Amino acid sequence: MTELNLPSINYSAISPILIMLGTALLGVLVEALVPRRWRHVVQLTLALLAVLAALTMVVLNADERIITAGQALAIDGPTLFLQGAILVLAAMALLLIGDRSVERGGAFVAQAAVTAESADDRRQAEGRNGLTEVYPLTTFAIGGMLIFVAANDLLTMFIALEVFSLPLYLLCALARRRRLLSQEAAMKYFLLGAYASAFFLFGVALIYGFTAGIPGRSAGVDFATIHAAVGESPASPVLLFAGMALLAIGLLFKAAAAPFHVWTPDVYQGAPTPVTAFMAACTKVAAFGALLRVFQVAFGDANWDFTPVLGAVAVLTMLIGAVLAVTQTDIKRLLAYSSIANAGYLLVGVLAPSREGLAGTMFYLVAYGFSVLAAFAVVTLVRDDDGEATHLSRWAGLGRRSPFFAALFTFILLAFAGIPLTSGFTSKFAIFGPALDGGQAWLVIAGVLTSMVLAFPYLRVVVMMWLSEPGESTPTVTVPGGLTSAALMIGVLATLVLGVAPAPLLDLAAGAAEFVR
Amino acid sequence: MSNFPFLSVLTVAPLVGALVVAFLPRHRPELAKQVAFVWSLLVLVLSVVMWVSFNAGGDRFQFRESYSWIPNWGVSFTFAADGIALVMLMLIAVLVPLVILASWHDADSSKRSVPVYFALLLVLECTMIGVFAAADVFLFYVFFEVMLVPMYFLIGSYGGHQRQYAAVKFFLYSLVGGLFMLAAVIGLWVVGGKTFDWQALTQVDISTGTERWLFLGFFLAFAIKAPFFPFHTWLPDAGGAAPAGAAALLVGVLDKVGTFGILRYCLPLFPEASKWFAPWALALGVIGIIYAALLAVGQNDLKRLVSYTSIAHFGFIGVGIFAFTTQAGTGAVLYMLNHGLATGLLFLVVGMLISRRGSSLISDFGGAGKLVPVLAGVLFFAGLASLALPGTAPFISEFLVLIGTFTVNKPVAVIATLGIILAAAYVLWMVQRTTQGTLNPALTEVDGMRRDLNLREKVVVAPLIALIVLLGFFPKPVTDVINPAVQATMDDIGRTDPAPSVGGTVQEAAR
Repeated sequence: MTELNLPSINYSAISPILIMLGTALLGVLVEALVPRRWRHVVQLTLALLAVLAALTMVVLNADERIITAGQALAIDGPTLFLQGAILVLAAMALLLIGDRSVERGGAFVAQAAVTAESADDRRQAEGRNGLTEVYPLTTFAIGGMLIFVAANDLLTMFIALEVFSLPLYLLCALARRRRLLSQEAAMKYFLLGAYASAFFLFGVALIYGFTAGIPGRSAGVDFATIHAAVGESPASPVLLFAGMALLAIGLLFKAAAAPFHVWTPDVYQGAPTPVTAFMAACTKVAAFGALLRVFQVAFGDANWDFTPVLGAVAVLTMLIGAVLAVTQTDIKRLLAYSSIANAGYLLVGVLAPSREGLAGTMFYLVAYGFSVLAAFAVVTLVRDDDGEATHLSRWAGLGRRSPFFAALFTFILLAFAGIPLTSGFTSKFAIFGPALDGGQAWLVIAGVLTSMVLAFPYLRVVVMMWLSEPGESTPTVTVPGGLTSAALMIGVLATLVLGVAPAPLLDLAAGAAEFVR
Repeated sequence: MSNFPFLSVLTVAPLVGALVVAFLPRHRPELAKQVAFVWSLLVLVLSVVMWVSFNAGGDRFQFRESYSWIPNWGVSFTFAADGIALVMLMLIAVLVPLVILASWHDADSSKRSVPVYFALLLVLECTMIGVFAAADVFLFYVFFEVMLVPMYFLIGSYGGHQRQYAAVKFFLYSLVGGLFMLAAVIGLWVVGGKTFDWQALTQVDISTGTERWLFLGFFLAFAIKAPFFPFHTWLPDAGGAAPAGAAALLVGVLDKVGTFGILRYCLPLFPEASKWFAPWALALGVIGIIYAALLAVGQNDLKRLVSYTSIAHFGFIGVGIFAFTTQAGTGAVLYMLNHGLATGLLFLVVGMLISRRGSSLISDFGGAGKLVPVLAGVLFFAGLASLALPGTAPFISEFLVLIGTFTVNKPVAVIATLGIILAAAYVLWMVQRTTQGTLNPALTEVDGMRRDLNLREKVVVAPLIALIVLLGFFPKPVTDVINPAVQATMDDIGRTDPAPSVGGTVQEAAR
């Protein structure tokens, strides 16, 4: 029998993960022990403090470049940068999740088990306080994402995938209003997500088979072994290609890339808007963090093989996202398709095989996360008696009714359209520059062409808000309380600052843009 | 005084003014107008000082300033002006106060905020100055794109009939061009060794294929902006829907960014590709001259008519640029200035007519000269200036373009000359149908038509008329500034003028 060696673990390096998961467990206890009326405050404070503590640890670890916990976790530049990004964006999302000033009782259902559309349901919609279980669920999800971007072998990555996906499935189902839509969204997300996970797991198995038989190494799914196997495995490359394809399906599903994107509009529309914002910002960071690591660390030497395929996926994603965004009439679905198109741009960054490409992609993730959070924050504010008014026709003349919020939203839309002096422009440049440098001119041209198409739906919303006369049904914008205002202003300011003075974050990303293997 | 950071101050000043104006209380529109006007006058004064301290015989680029912006990408706030840019900056500085004065009541009737209208005009001035003053390709691109935003809201919020359609069309056309340029800008950055400095980029050696693609990216953006045939369809809509003041700036200055961009970026950065594409560009120019003139003849809407005449004039400018001779080039730049003055005046006068009548259709006028003789006279003068009557400034530029082209490409020059005849047709016919002939009885019932030009309007048109006449007889101060810059541009692409064949008279005419 071989001797079992306990792996050494650098606890300080992985402390952000431990903090988030520990807080999630603590949150479950709070649910059990703290009186109902205190739970909201306690849970929200706890979650925010945990995010803050984890962020502090990430900053303190900034120079850490190690692989720890056996081969399971890599704490290196990209990990720390992306963990920091996830935590900052998650803090903003938590502010949105915790807000109870916009809607009485918050955006979440008071009792998830009540039958939708029943009399009980109508009563709970009228302002009973929402579930506080959302906080432990969110913190679990954040913890899972932190592992996901740090995972240095495919099994850890799979577990992390499940840890952050399961709470998200549940969170999607907890909308206070339009609950059938919300439950449908959760069901779709769950079923398709389960398929995607299965694909991923099957891919792991094939890759494991591929790594068997290298002289001097045992088979394994850690990235160093896979990297070695890509060069010297005697196994058939069919295993490698099939395994890569299946892994890619699992990851591209989370990243909302075509043709694995079909869940996105439904889920973005049905989920409670704060959760949508959380998914659009943080899940994107996590998914692309994992994609970057898998394809640059594990399969980096096979990039001649996967670049054409992933390139085609990128072009398809940009095209589908941009073209279908044009036809949307619901603001949440529009933002969903825009998020799909942005996944395409991010894939262009993933395919730029250089440090600049990696840095640019990470910069893009942060910039996009801030903007999209701010955009959904505005969506939560435009509402009438029946909840959020998401149909675009309802936004007509909003600029006249509420010029301040309409101006903020216009700024965000201009950022999405890539107008200079917004982060949308600098981040596109950060991705397209290295991609062109890396010889991917066709991806850049596709990116530019789809940007033109995508500008139209954004512009249409701007026209709606400013140039149309307000109608009977134009809702007023609810003046938000401190939490949503804070999230909104942080998002808008970040969009401006990263557009006007992106140098500090670019420096940070450039300094972090090297994986350890 | 030449150490004063003219260009950055000129760029920032209108923006500061815009912020001040935007935050003035909404119920005090008069105050906002006055502040905006005074502010634009200050910018004008500063520009005049800059003009005086420009040394025409000195370096090609003067007033150079450079501040680091995004060092990771080699981007900097670099400003510098050559003679061409200087002339355009002066044009902006002169036009904006006049436009503000002419638009005094334009925003009153709309339900929108009046201070915001004037703030948008000042923001537009900031971006226009920035785009001509930038000497960093990235910075130029930033201004080029941001310029769309204030114009979009000026047309969309304060425009007339079909303003939403026109605003969106304007924005999308320009954005499409801008994105093609973005791809080319990134490409240039990659082949140019990760710098955006204009001067460094002119030294870069680019392979023929790449150079042609990059040229196309830039040229497409500029051809849409200018606009050249067949990318012109947005202009009549935008010009027709925009408030008259904004339209004067749109056609008078904004569109010059396209031709300026070709001179400053396409030719020096991609000299070989410029020569390779020149026949096509000349063809587009000539088609534009004839085609747009024919369409102008057929217009029944005053503002659309003026827009079409502008497209024809941009054809002349394009021909002048791509003829690659110093006379034609100087003529083209002078044309950019004179067209800004003449068409700016025409747009403003047409705007005064339209606001009186409440309609922009030519068929709603007729014999208006009997009611408003001074206004009709100014319209006639503006029309004559834009058909390049000798004695007005546009004549000099059109003549320079034609002789400069004739020395190298006779067929193009001959066809372009036909454009002059068509210009006479559309201008004179428009003047005849609006102000001459029998009085349209409906006009007498419109209150506005009984008021001739008031003092404010006279103050608006007088400087423009004076400049057009002055530069028509004495263009030397301007050509002295333009000539070295054009000469340098021709050197960049390695073209020398053909030796004059008839004892130097051609060269003399250029002086």
